[in-house]
Amino acid sequence: MDMNEIKEIFFQECEEQLAELESGLLKLNDGDRDPETVNAVFRAVHSIKGGAGAFGLDDLVSFAHVFETTLDCVRSNRLEPTQDVLKVMLRSADVLSDLTNAARDGGSVDEARSRQLINELEALANGELPQPAAEAVKAAPVAEVPRPTMNEEGFQPVAFNFDEFESSEAPTIEPSTFEIVFKPKSELYSKGNDATLLLRDLSRLGEMSIHCDMDELPALDGMNPEAAYFSWKISLKTDKGEDAIRTVFEFAEWDCDLDVTLADESAGAREELPMHPVPFDLSLLDEDAPLTPAEDEDQSAEQQHELRDAAISAAATANKVVQMAQTAARAPAETAKSAAPAPVSAAQAASQQTASAATPTIRVDLDRVDRLINLVGELVINQAMLSQSVIENDTNGTSSINMGLEELQQLTREIQDSVMAIRAQPVKPVFQRMSRIVREIADMTGKSVRLVTEGENTEVDKTVIDKLAEPLTHMIRNAVDHGLETPEKRVAAGKTPEGTVRLTAKHRSGRIVIELADDGAGINREKVRQKAIDNDLIAADANLSDEEVDNLIFHAGFSTADKISDISGRGVGMDVVKRSIQALGGRINISSRPGQGSTFTMSLPLTLAVLDGMVVTVANQTLVVPLTAIVETLQPEASAIHSFGASQRLISIRNSFCPLVDVGRILNFRATQANPVEGVALLVESEGGGQRALMVDAIQGQRQVVIKSLEANYTHVPGIAAATILGDGRVALILDVDAIVSASRGQSLKPEMTLAAAG
Amino acid sequence: MTYAAKNLTTGGRELIAFRVGDQEFCVNIMSVREIRGWTPATPMPHAPPYMLGVINLRGAVLPIIDFSARLGMKAAEPTVRHVIIVAQVNTRVVGLLVDAVSDILTVADSDIQPTPEIASDFERSFARGVLAIEGRMICLVELDSVFPNEEREAA
Repeated sequence: MDMNEIKEIFFQECEEQLAELESGLLKLNDGDRDPETVNAVFRAVHSIKGGAGAFGLDDLVSFAHVFETTLDCVRSNRLEPTQDVLKVMLRSADVLSDLTNAARDGGSVDEARSRQLINELEALANGELPQPAAEAVKAAPVAEVPRPTMNEEGFQPVAFNFDEFESSEAPTIEPSTFEIVFKPKSELYSKGNDATLLLRDLSRLGEMSIHCDMDELPALDGMNPEAAYFSWKISLKTDKGEDAIRTVFEFAEWDCDLDVTLADESAGAREELPMHPVPFDLSLLDEDAPLTPAEDEDQSAEQQHELRDAAISAAATANKVVQMAQTAARAPAETAKSAAPAPVSAAQAASQQTASAATPTIRVDLDRVDRLINLVGELVINQAMLSQSVIENDTNGTSSINMGLEELQQLTREIQDSVMAIRAQPVKPVFQRMSRIVREIADMTGKSVRLVTEGENTEVDKTVIDKLAEPLTHMIRNAVDHGLETPEKRVAAGKTPEGTVRLTAKHRSGRIVIELADDGAGINREKVRQKAIDNDLIAADANLSDEEVDNLIFHAGFSTADKISDISGRGVGMDVVKRSIQALGGRINISSRPGQGSTFTMSLPLTLAVLDGMVVTVANQTLVVPLTAIVETLQPEASAIHSFGASQRLISIRNSFCPLVDVGRILNFRATQANPVEGVALLVESEGGGQRALMVDAIQGQRQVVIKSLEANYTHVPGIAAATILGDGRVALILDVDAIVSASRGQSLKPEMTLAAAG
Repeated sequence: MTYAAKNLTTGGRELIAFRVGDQEFCVNIMSVREIRGWTPATPMPHAPPYMLGVINLRGAVLPIIDFSARLGMKAAEPTVRHVIIVAQVNTRVVGLLVDAVSDILTVADSDIQPTPEIASDFERSFARGVLAIEGRMICLVELDSVFPNEEREAA
């Protein structure tokens, strides 16, 4: 496995951790005070930081570090996770996610934004209330964080320059001397940490003197190479505070005994420590410094801190001790050479424990699943072909063949269902992304919004999930921007200042229904109507039902308006939304009540690989019409057909007139229009809500078809959405109803086609 | 590297020869995926006359081009005796309807003569050269131009 693969795994894990982080923060936001939730959030950031450190992703590390420090305050109950605090944290999670993406894709992140959040997080850690953006001052330049160097174990210690993080703190901490007792357990070494590196990091905090206690060191023949025998007693004069010291050891905190005390308070206790200090040459902690043999064994304590400058000898024993310690640390580290740093695996082990209730999963390349689905699709078709040829050959009698076929049929259906289930995934990730959109748009508009999600474990095919994000984003933006009122207006209307946007997913009769409801002002029908009249979408005296007026916002004319916020209707890109939902084989409906809000309901197929279709015959060709487009079918009677001008014909349905479209003619399968009385009319609904009656020769039946791409080997064909393969093995074309309808409106299918024909 | 350029750099090569009407053509064997019998194709709306439609090739939708009609000759009336040469052209797989496959030829580059100076640009654009084998004249076909890509159509 090369570095890139490991990195790829790291980023995949990051995605999971980020999702964990966000859902944890949202839980906290909803008042969850379970310490395990806080721990999970902390672990997520910690894991990302650990992994990022191993790959030298400095920006990510430094941000995660500050974030983690603040989360630690929450964990240790020093900081109350109030709404304001969580707001900062959620935004930090967004930035962390951006930084991760930037690290993966090589993009860049708005540095001012991350810097500002670093400041806010630090302020929180220091017990200050969240500060508005403008007050962000003297941010630590992130780029100056020293790049961690790779030591010979291939393990990268995550090193921070704490000066920078601390510099923006109030300079109230006087330099004070700390007594630190650091006693590693053997686990520390087995996880690839190196005590000397920790000590070196510590030495960067200030003036330091160090003693190694090797009382426990057994005779050479009694020594276990994997055990830890040494402990260190450190005296550190620093102005950074205890937290900074503990931070140095944070990757090791479970694997060592650490005792940090202020020197003054522990002056008495120090005498009692059963330790025989051994002078320790600090230059050993400097990688570049040569290891000098020590001469003088009796350096007095007062001289110790001069050792560093002088770079002269330390005790020979101390020298040996360090070397031994290094060897001891190295041996286990060797085995963990390619593994991610210990803290990550530790945190993962912990998170696995907490998630032990979840079912085990594997990660599979989508291509492999696709191939399997294709093959199963083939199996289904072959099975159908086989059945048909058995019937045609009229073997009739032998019941064993029929029984075998029947069993095969059941089996293939079951296989198909199971394979489709592989691709099914909960809508949760998309819903989670929406909470970020809500936060951003709420920040921009100055509104107070709460996003409530329900049914986020509802499963849909992966392809649907991927395509759901865009229309949902549009709609959420619209819901917050245009749907919800400002807090003042809400209060004036007798509502809570905080608006609620509710996102719900549920299964209903083989489809997924996604609902987006807000408790805003509802659609201002008067303004929508006026806008439609101004844009010549409707006549000034048109008599429209409320529903029809609401539906106007899906009209393309509304999105082209120059300044959409002028109307309270939700114009921005709703036609785009509707089109992308329809491209998914779905429908969208609005219901709105003035003053109480609007609800958008989307009904989508569970998968894009199969489609419910009406199999029809047109000019001796078999075509499939997506069932979702069909409102009803009817047998036209001669009295209902009315000629309109030279070539147009209308059909009257319940006293309204609907244009007739001959599918065979518009697809150029026949030269003249067929006699409608001999055929069947499929009443379809188009984009603008208008209806068309599509004339076909006959309906063969209704069935599920596997969708096949035409574009892969051919070109896009206007009027045709895709192809499928029927039971007899022949290709049938799937009609693109919207294209047919707009073609019938006069926007001909021709332009593209004539080019294709000329090719 | 285009189909043609790739071929011209290799030394000896194998070609599949086929017959359309009374003429013989050949294509590089490397681009041929399989050869199969004719099955009725589903016609495509508004397709050019040489586009016979699409068939099901083990689950993939395979467009079929009538080679004869594509060259501007008489359109074929496909029967079960006709043959479809399934060829890979760039990223696409397409079928070429021909009368019969006749030979597999192994030829050296030097055996390929440049296309004679003929009046029609149309034929010239399909031909990569001609081969004289045992008194027969076999035209080496450039598949790239037989199956126009979308960009070219749009231009």
